[in-house]
Amino acid sequence: MRKSVSTDRRQFLIRGLGAGGALALGGCDRLSDSERFDDVLGLAENLNLKLQRPIMGDALAPEFTEADITPNFKPNGTDNPPDKEYQALAKTNFAGWRLLVDGLVDHPLKLSLAELRSIPPRTQITRHDCVEGWSCIGKWTGAPLKEVLQRAGLKPQARYVVLHCADTMEGAGGDTSDDQSSSKQSSGGQTSGKHSTAKQAGSDKQAIRYYESIDLADAFHPQTILAYDMNDRTLPIPHGAPLRLRVERQLGYKMAKYVMRIEVVESFSDIGDGKGGYWEDRGYDWYAGI
Amino acid sequence: MPVQEAIEVNRRHWIHRHSLVVRITHWIAALSIAVLLMSGLQIFNAHPALYWGKQSDFGNPILAMKSEGNDDGPSKGVTTVFGRAFGTTGLFGVSTGADGEMEERGFPRWITLPGDQDLAKGRRWHFLFAWLLFLAGLIYLVHGFISRHVWRDLMPTGDDIRDIPHSIVEHARLNFPKGDKARVYNVLQKLSYLIVVIFLVPALVLAGMTMSPGLDAAFPQLLTLFGGRQTARTIHFLAASGLVLFIVVHVVMVLVSGVWNNLRSMINGRFDIAESRKTYAQKRKH
Repeated sequence: MRKSVSTDRRQFLIRGLGAGGALALGGCDRLSDSERFDDVLGLAENLNLKLQRPIMGDALAPEFTEADITPNFKPNGTDNPPDKEYQALAKTNFAGWRLLVDGLVDHPLKLSLAELRSIPPRTQITRHDCVEGWSCIGKWTGAPLKEVLQRAGLKPQARYVVLHCADTMEGAGGDTSDDQSSSKQSSGGQTSGKHSTAKQAGSDKQAIRYYESIDLADAFHPQTILAYDMNDRTLPIPHGAPLRLRVERQLGYKMAKYVMRIEVVESFSDIGDGKGGYWEDRGYDWYAGI
Repeated sequence: MPVQEAIEVNRRHWIHRHSLVVRITHWIAALSIAVLLMSGLQIFNAHPALYWGKQSDFGNPILAMKSEGNDDGPSKGVTTVFGRAFGTTGLFGVSTGADGEMEERGFPRWITLPGDQDLAKGRRWHFLFAWLLFLAGLIYLVHGFISRHVWRDLMPTGDDIRDIPHSIVEHARLNFPKGDKARVYNVLQKLSYLIVVIFLVPALVLAGMTMSPGLDAAFPQLLTLFGGRQTARTIHFLAASGLVLFIVVHVVMVLVSGVWNNLRSMINGRFDIAESRKTYAQKRKH
């Protein structure tokens, strides 16, 4: 008698746990869809940013040796911007490309690759950590962003550096070549493992290009460079030619490829959807130190 | 004589089993770990492969979940472990999506948080509850050492160690300690709880921190400790698996050794050591 009662209780508990678990998971899914709860979930980002900065100080990200360089460093995200303007520049080996530096600066700049190369470069062998989870080590050579910003001269209200890129991510329309946009879909370029519910691209929709932003602490960090060489060769198109950002103490999505323009701002809230980057506008953290 | 024993053992003998700090941190940890495991699998799904060392050697993963398919879509799930392939269709590599169609993903949707592939949300759940677990764990450990809970209740004695083989046999027989012996954790409990709070969870936290490029700059010692970020990621996954194993055994043991008594003691602290004796008396009758 006793035995069957305790068995009944056990079965009730197990079934209850199972049902409770399913309810909980469904409930969690619905919770995380609500915007206000999303703000709660985002509390940790603030905590991590506020705690990591003082702990990090000026510390450098680890640097490695030539022997550590990954032989097959796979390119991720866009590997060939479909935009006609970019394709035209690529055909001339970016001879006509100029890096625009504007916004809250005293002297807006228009720098060619040759001019960027004439700035005393920094070479670093560092580990690229993708938010998806993998890591690859590469050797980067480029102009320290600090040098470029100092030449432009920052105005006192300057707080963030926004990097505008060439690659259209969504809303492919008249300014991208048709062939390229269809191959972008199938290669799963920018959606890789990260975001499955990409907005549907309509041909009358405004093109949404990749962009990113960092604050001045990261902009002036010695390892923050505008890289034009990778592994002792000119930066190839799949990895962001002619110029990609390196921000070595953060995750890979911050390191914008195909940089066209650097805009110094006080706030990024009226750029894109206001979260400071293409992926940030789609739910990722602005501070990608973790 | 049997009748007398029956009347005697029906009287409950309450003891105060778990302190308030232990109880509160236990449930916070339980909730946090549930969220961390499910959101962790979501994060893993963004790149469902594990490597060893400083970087990812894509050609030689330790473990990888892949899909094989045709023009109609993914149809077969394949998981490789050290190169050996296993068919895992429906579970790993390929499983049913929300629309009922087979989709390519690492772990299936019924075990990830969120259910859909959503790395951004998964990371948000994960990092919020990682902080919750860290703070609860810190409070538990600080209190545990100050109150001597760790030293007195968790640390096995010499007698405990010598009792291990016997305890294993008794556990297998579902014979649990009775009466005064039930006042303290048995040796298997002590060892498993110690392993979790002193080793598994701290390893998870440290390995998690090592995956942060920011903290790698602040504490390069983390990379030395683990031998590389990808090793840390794999160890994070392995330690999580160890934790899952512990949880399964723990929950089963809670269920079969007097579930209401166990649950009650972890809620209001009161544990009936006479109830165990009641079981014993029952068995005696047979």
